[in-house]
Amino acid sequence: MLVFTVKSLYKKFITLFFVSVISFLIIHLAPGEPSQINPLNPRFTKDDLERYRAAFDLDKPLHTQYLLFFKKLFTGNLKSFKDNQPVMGKITERFYNSLLLFFVGTILTWCLAFPVGIHAAIKRGFTFDRWTTFLSYALISLPGFFLAYVMIIFVVEVFNVPVLGMRTFGREGIGFPFTPMDKLWHLVLPSILEATAGIAILSRYVRSQMLEVIGQDYIRTAKAKGLTDDEVNYNHALKNALLPFVTMFGMLLPGLIGGSVIIESIFAWPGMGRMGYEAILARDFPIIITLNFFSAVLVLAGTFVSDLLYMFVDPRIKL
Amino acid sequence: MTNEERGQGFKGARGQVEKPLNLQTLEPSNPLFEDFMPPERTPFQDFWMVFKGNGMAMAGLIILLIFFALAIMGIITTSGEKPILDPHTVRLPDKLKPPLSKPTIDSVPKENLPYLGIYLLGTDELGRDTFARMLQGAIVSLSVGFVAVGISIILGVLIGGIAGFYGENMIKIGKYNIMTIDTMIVALIDIQLSFPTFFLILTVVALLPPSIWNIMAIIGITGWVGPARFVRADILSLREQEFILAAKSIGAPDFRIILLHLLPNSIAPVLVSATIGIATAILTESALSFLGFGVPPPNATWGNILSDGKKYIFDAPWLTYIPGITILFTVLAFNLFGEGLRDTLNPKLRT
Repeated sequence: MLVFTVKSLYKKFITLFFVSVISFLIIHLAPGEPSQINPLNPRFTKDDLERYRAAFDLDKPLHTQYLLFFKKLFTGNLKSFKDNQPVMGKITERFYNSLLLFFVGTILTWCLAFPVGIHAAIKRGFTFDRWTTFLSYALISLPGFFLAYVMIIFVVEVFNVPVLGMRTFGREGIGFPFTPMDKLWHLVLPSILEATAGIAILSRYVRSQMLEVIGQDYIRTAKAKGLTDDEVNYNHALKNALLPFVTMFGMLLPGLIGGSVIIESIFAWPGMGRMGYEAILARDFPIIITLNFFSAVLVLAGTFVSDLLYMFVDPRIKL
Repeated sequence: MTNEERGQGFKGARGQVEKPLNLQTLEPSNPLFEDFMPPERTPFQDFWMVFKGNGMAMAGLIILLIFFALAIMGIITTSGEKPILDPHTVRLPDKLKPPLSKPTIDSVPKENLPYLGIYLLGTDELGRDTFARMLQGAIVSLSVGFVAVGISIILGVLIGGIAGFYGENMIKIGKYNIMTIDTMIVALIDIQLSFPTFFLILTVVALLPPSIWNIMAIIGITGWVGPARFVRADILSLREQEFILAAKSIGAPDFRIILLHLLPNSIAPVLVSATIGIATAILTESALSFLGFGVPPPNATWGNILSDGKKYIFDAPWLTYIPGITILFTVLAFNLFGEGLRDTLNPKLRT
């Protein structure tokens, strides 16, 4: 157990190191430098350029830049190219917004995907199963931004209410029950959109897991003992079918950044995905690298947690 | 044994010499008939019989064939000096016309009138024919999917094959054993999986000069993990089997074993993941176009048309719906076809 933990952590740190090196190299070796943003600007003299490069360590060799970058990141001194604000502060501020959206989206996904998948597996081949199968393929194939626009058209034309941003413009300070309600309403559309693809994929996965377990011998035994269908399905089959989903808990974390770039940009939701997009547009290297690094940390932490969880849930696995 | 003896025929089960068999006149009632005839169906016919029964997969295949036909039609009708359907003609008097509307004859020059006499799918903000643009974009969107997946399959099969076949070999620096090749490739897979894929693609596409080849290459390079894992796992289990031992024992060189014996047996999951990968690549390309990093302007792609149309979403919703629904159908067809392949190629489901 302890050996496994130490070994796994050690491996994950090595992976993290390489991820940080690669993301640093990709961004710094790409053509164009942030200090060349506007070479034609007459007010931007050569001295300014030198000062700018020195302030962000761009004049040093690449490996020194790398070391300085991560030293600054961990001591909290890393500054954004764009507005000279500390990167960590900017990210934590956006992190909570993303987390809120992610949390609601995840709850929606899990609450819908499991009943749908389980029901489809139990009623295999019936109308419900066929329709949900088709629907989940359709949802996987739908471009998220297209669905977002269709829903915006629908909501705005039918209900005539604002949907973009985190709160209604000009309604600040309207008192306790209304501010959270306003925020909740603005959460609805983006979180539904973040959940759609997840619901489709997860329900298919639940269905196939459930089908696999239902085909096992011990389910036949349980049925032969004369247990009711519900008892067999929920007490015997579901418990075993749920096992792999423990690992999915860990895999969810990375969706926090990568999955939300488009949705957050469309809905002007001030989260990390949108910040990443804006940073890419502005060539704000510190933020791009930090987000990449942060997301890799989330992935590795997620896999680590799911490995540990798996061990607790499944007594057959001993490490 | 002399030639004469050989001509006598072969010894039957009871040891007596039987009449030589003539395969041309072998009666179907003869118990040996089964053994000497080739199987009734080729593997492909076998596959096709199962696949035909899968309604959704067949629907996917038919939609795909229609789209391929449209894409080829698009090349023929929209390219050349004087194309039949010109996607570039700007007709400002006719901007943002809804689908199936007639051009205003008075203000549009005669040579700029649409070939069919009506705007089948409407016009965009510059009065360009959306139908012609969709046709022109079809081949671009499809080829982005195919080239990107081609790159990821080549990379994946290569890396997965090396990990599976040569995985136990040590990488040496001087006289020190560093690690096995397999360990290194598994570590590479872990590293690739730790990147947020879409964010990475977006970053690289934004930093590089805009070009359709860059987009294809980057989508392809970030997608090698899936095929590599499948090939590695399959080769690891296949290489222990007897037919590989037999091939080795007659002195077949490694590349022959890999190319002729291992890869054909492990290609089924790769094919499935390729089909679904094409769907994902088309979606990724349209998402990139949507964010403004897509294929640069003179080429129309479905993603471009959609992202240009978003500014006129309330005035000209067809500019959003037409490309959106086209992408939906194409990707859906690829997904259904891929799932059908998965079901059909899975020997457990064969009857």
